[in-house]
Amino acid sequence: MSALLEVKGLTKRFGGLTAVNDVSFDVHEKEILSVIGPNGAGKSTLFKLISSFLPSSSGEVLFKGQRISNLAPHIVARKGVVRTFQETTIFKSMSVRDNVIISHHLRSQASLAGYFLGTKTALADEEEFGRSADEIVEFLNLGEIRNELASNLPQGHLRALGIAIGLATNPSVLLMDEPFAGMNHDETMRTVELVRGVRDRGVTVLLVEHDMPAVMKISDRIVVINFGEKIAEGIPSEIQENEKVIEAYLGSEDDEIGM
Amino acid sequence: MMLKRNQIIGVGFFLFVIFVAVPWLIHVSGRWDFYYTLTSVALLSIASGGVWLTFYIGRINIGQGAFALTGGYVAAILVVKYDVSFWLTIPIAGLFCAAVAVIIGLPILRLRGVYFAMITLVLTEVARLTALALPITNGAKGISSIPLPGELSILGLTLIPDFSTVANVKLAFYYLAAVLMVLCFAGLYRLVNSRIGHLCRSLQQNEELASSIGVNTAYLRVIAFAISSFLGGVSGAIFMAISRSIYPASFPVKDSVDFMLNCFLGGLGYVFGPMLGTFMIYFGWDVLFTTGKYQLLIYSAILILLILTLPNGVLSLRIFNKRGTAK
Repeated sequence: MSALLEVKGLTKRFGGLTAVNDVSFDVHEKEILSVIGPNGAGKSTLFKLISSFLPSSSGEVLFKGQRISNLAPHIVARKGVVRTFQETTIFKSMSVRDNVIISHHLRSQASLAGYFLGTKTALADEEEFGRSADEIVEFLNLGEIRNELASNLPQGHLRALGIAIGLATNPSVLLMDEPFAGMNHDETMRTVELVRGVRDRGVTVLLVEHDMPAVMKISDRIVVINFGEKIAEGIPSEIQENEKVIEAYLGSEDDEIGM
Repeated sequence: MMLKRNQIIGVGFFLFVIFVAVPWLIHVSGRWDFYYTLTSVALLSIASGGVWLTFYIGRINIGQGAFALTGGYVAAILVVKYDVSFWLTIPIAGLFCAAVAVIIGLPILRLRGVYFAMITLVLTEVARLTALALPITNGAKGISSIPLPGELSILGLTLIPDFSTVANVKLAFYYLAAVLMVLCFAGLYRLVNSRIGHLCRSLQQNEELASSIGVNTAYLRVIAFAISSFLGGVSGAIFMAISRSIYPASFPVKDSVDFMLNCFLGGLGYVFGPMLGTFMIYFGWDVLFTTGKYQLLIYSAILILLILTLPNGVLSLRIFNKRGTAK
């Protein structure tokens, strides 16, 4: 299998603190790869480095062989690597459907002037975005609340909306920031199904998470980091038996890995 | 884009009022001074419309006075020193301001909230001091005795007559300002209701998310700021032509603050907010003149009350929303 996304020796230092240290791994096409690690292991920093929301100190991220690290986030998104946020990051004063429609920006054919003048291309874009948004909204079971203001949604729906926004950009790789955080078991299982559905649409998924049962259930492969360094990589059953991983999680969090 | 029926009626009524009813009323009542007042309102609302657009992308802009002043000087210098037709100087002044806005905007639009507001406030003062210092702007004396706008003709066809030959210069300026105001707000309305407006709202609500869905946020911010400054420059250029002079003190910090207040008062969520806000502030101040030394006190008290009770602006009142022309 060829690597779609390659993380090579990625390092991030904040002053004297090395948050991410020489982390390397590959993400293959159409797989679900999870990055896990105890609290403070550097997961979030790694996530921001890959999505280029933070510049890296050294190392690089390659997408289809092209370097994408340290580019502006919107350019990384344009190339097909799109991140989702945790639930508070949405366009609050827009309806669910409008949130998804606006997120079709990368599929725009018309220019800004074209939209101002209402050219044929612009009108065709608008129609296509509306149609596609309806499809995505249905796909994520948001159909009944499509006209609801996003700020009124409960947490579970917000998470789905976050995924909808990501899907609307038509990504090759979707980076998900803790998609299961703060969910109960039922909600988690529903979201697991949604993420699988996203992958079945042909999207490669890289997620950062610490909900162990969900990660074990959903991932094709797992990368474990601790103190900013990669300590293990493999399929879920390998990770569960890996000594270093068990050690990293021992203590207050050892029950989390027991499933 | 199709307008709804009641919108067409609303727009038709508005055009009738400003182009027919107002001139007729002024003619009947003989209050010729109102032309100057209304012309000012129209021009100030163009500048405020620009400020409103920067609000729309989530930036507090207290620097429009700088661009109005720049536009005024560009037009004045071109007319007086280079003998350029005034009509040509309107777009040139606007484009000059837009270019300046791009250069200044690229670094400062990275700032948010109060930091951006403070920088723009400083811009107004910088513009005034620059006008004082540069040789071409003639220092504190400014530029005066600027000739009235000449004839505008294309291929021998006279579109606009020479203003020194028209019977009523005040009426001519009123029409000029009113036409430009209508064009400005029609443009803004179209902008806001097109996908560009949605993109601007996405910036206002969450810049991080906007960039993660692939919106070039820096580019969009600079475009909005440039359009804003273009409108500031255009309004400054026409003010210069009406007063036939321009001084460093023509657009002080107070004006910059007023442009922002106009937007607040009318409503930041409504395209026509700045127009209504400008009208109310300008006329409100004049009406309160009768209260003599209490003018400023009453004026400020009313403003505070309005902002407390109607934080989303006067246009958020129900009667405006029902009519359907508000947004």
